[in-house]
Amino acid sequence: MRKELLSIIEKNSRIELKELAILLGSTEVEVANTLADLEKENIICGYHTLINWDNTSDEKVTALIEVKVTPQRGLGFDKIAERIYKFNEVNAVYLMSGGFDFMVMIEEKTMKEVSQFVSEKLAPIEAIRGTATHFVLKKYKDHGSVLMGEKKDERMSITP
Amino acid sequence: MRNPLSNVVTEMKPSGIRKFFDIVSEMKDAISLGVGEPDFDTPWRIREEGIYSLERGKTFYTSNAGLFELKEEICKYLSRKYNIHYNHKNEVLVTVGGSEAIDAALRAMVNPGEEVIIPEPCYVSYLPCVQLAYGVPVTIELQEKNQFRLTPEELLNAITDKTKVLVLPFPNNPTGAIMERSDLEKIAKICVEKDIFVISDEIYSELSYNGRHVSIAEMPGMKERTIVINGFSKAFAMTGWRLGYAVGPELIIAQMTKIHQFAIMCAPTTSQYAAVEALRNCDEDVRQMVEAYNQRRRYLVNAFKEMNIECFEPFGAFYIFPNIKKFGLSSEEFATELLMREKVAVVPGTAFGDCGEGFLRISYAYSLENLKEALGRFKNFIEYLETKKND
Repeated sequence: MRKELLSIIEKNSRIELKELAILLGSTEVEVANTLADLEKENIICGYHTLINWDNTSDEKVTALIEVKVTPQRGLGFDKIAERIYKFNEVNAVYLMSGGFDFMVMIEEKTMKEVSQFVSEKLAPIEAIRGTATHFVLKKYKDHGSVLMGEKKDERMSITP
Repeated sequence: MRNPLSNVVTEMKPSGIRKFFDIVSEMKDAISLGVGEPDFDTPWRIREEGIYSLERGKTFYTSNAGLFELKEEICKYLSRKYNIHYNHKNEVLVTVGGSEAIDAALRAMVNPGEEVIIPEPCYVSYLPCVQLAYGVPVTIELQEKNQFRLTPEELLNAITDKTKVLVLPFPNNPTGAIMERSDLEKIAKICVEKDIFVISDEIYSELSYNGRHVSIAEMPGMKERTIVINGFSKAFAMTGWRLGYAVGPELIIAQMTKIHQFAIMCAPTTSQYAAVEALRNCDEDVRQMVEAYNQRRRYLVNAFKEMNIECFEPFGAFYIFPNIKKFGLSSEEFATELLMREKVAVVPGTAFGDCGEGFLRISYAYSLENLKEALGRFKNFIEYLETKKND
C-alpha cells in the first residue's frame, strides 16, 4: 500500500483521509498510521503546493547554478553542501555526476538578487572553484504536471 | 426495382446504444459516464514511435497477417503475461481492432445453421457477427447472483448437437465480471468433452484487479480449440489506432487470414509500428493506468454502497453494473430521466442484451474529479426518486 499511497499524495497532498482509504481499499486508521510512519521515516518530507508563479503578477526568477568544488580533508561533499543549503535563498541542492559537482536551485525576485547571491555568498565559499548560472525562461512541466492549458475530453459521449 | 438489400443485414437490429447516443449528443453540458474507451492519452512514447515510422516513410502495406516484428512481440507478450504460447509465424493475425478479429473468427468457424453460444450481457457485436456468418446465436442470460460469471450448468443447458462455438467475453463489458481459474477449468472441461470451440475475447485482460487475468487457452486441451482475441485499445489506450489481434491454432488462423486478406488487406502500418513499442517498453505505463482505474473502481463501488444501491464488486474492465430494479423504472426510463433531470449520461443495461434490464453500465474511464461531479448529480436523482416514491 505504501507505494500506491505515496504516488497518490505525490500528485494530490490535499486529498482527505476518508477518500484516500476508499481509493486504497483500506481503512482511515490504517492510512493515518501509514502516513505517520512515512513522516517519521523521513520518506514524506513535506506537503508542498505546485505553483506556477508565471501566472501571478509577482515577479519570480528561478536559476539553476552549476557549482564545481574541491573537497578538502575533513570537509567532504556533504559538509560543503550543508554550507550551501543553509541559505534560505536556496531551494534545492543536488550532488551530481558529470562535469560539475552540485546543482543549486534558487528562486529570487530579480535577476540582480540572484547574481548578488552568487557573487557575494556562493562564489566566495572557499571550497568552491567555479559557478555557472542558468536562468529559467519558461516552465513547461514541473513535478510531472504540465503547466499550460487544460485538455478537453474529445471522446464521443456514448460508445459501446 | 428489386430490393437491393440483403435480408440478413436488414433483419439485423441496429445497436441499442445508438439511440441513446443521439439523445445525449444533442444535450449540452451533459456529463457522460457512457464511454467505452480509456480517458488516458496513448503514452507519448507509443505516439512518438508512430510519428517516427511516418518520418521514415513506413507507409506501405505490411504482410497480410501483420508486421513480422509485431507478431513476434505479441507472442512474447502473451507468454510473459498470460503463460500462453504461440508461434509468431503461423498462429497470429493482426487485425483492425479486436472487432475485426471477432468477425473473422466467426466467419472462419461457423457453417450456416450452426449455433454459437453467447453469454449476455455482453459487447454488442457478437450477435450480429454470428448472423452475418449465417450462424444461429444462442444467448445465455448470466445472473447477478453468480457475479455474472458463466457457470457450467448454464453452459450445459445451452448446448445442443448444433453447437459449434462458445464466445467467452471476460473481463466483461458491460458488467466488469471476470472468470477465475477455477471457473474456467470447469468450462474448459465441458468444451473438450462436447467438442466445442471457444472465441475468447480478452481485450480487457490487462484491466484485472484481482490478480492476473487467466486465459482459457491455458487450460489443458484448450489451446487447440481456442481463438484468443486481444488488442491495444484498452490496455494501451489506443482505441483510435484500430489495432487488435487473434492467436490460435494454425488451422483456424490461416482461414481467418484469408478473410482478412480479401476484406482488409492489412492492419494500418503506422499503428503496427507504434504497437511494437507498446509491447516492448510500456509495462510501467500500463501499470500506472491500471492502478488509477482500480482506485476509481473502489471509489465508485463504495459510492454506490453508500447510496444503498446494490452493486456486485466487479474485478475487471472499467465498468460497474449497478442494479436499479428497486426504483421501479426500466433501465431505459431510468437512464433517460437521469439524463433529462441531472444531465448525466449512463448506458441502459438493455443495450447489452435483454437480461441487462434493471441494470446500468457506468464507466469509470474518467478522472476522479469527473466521477465525483457525476456522482453528486446521480445522488440528487436518487433522492428525487425516493421522495417521489414516498409522496
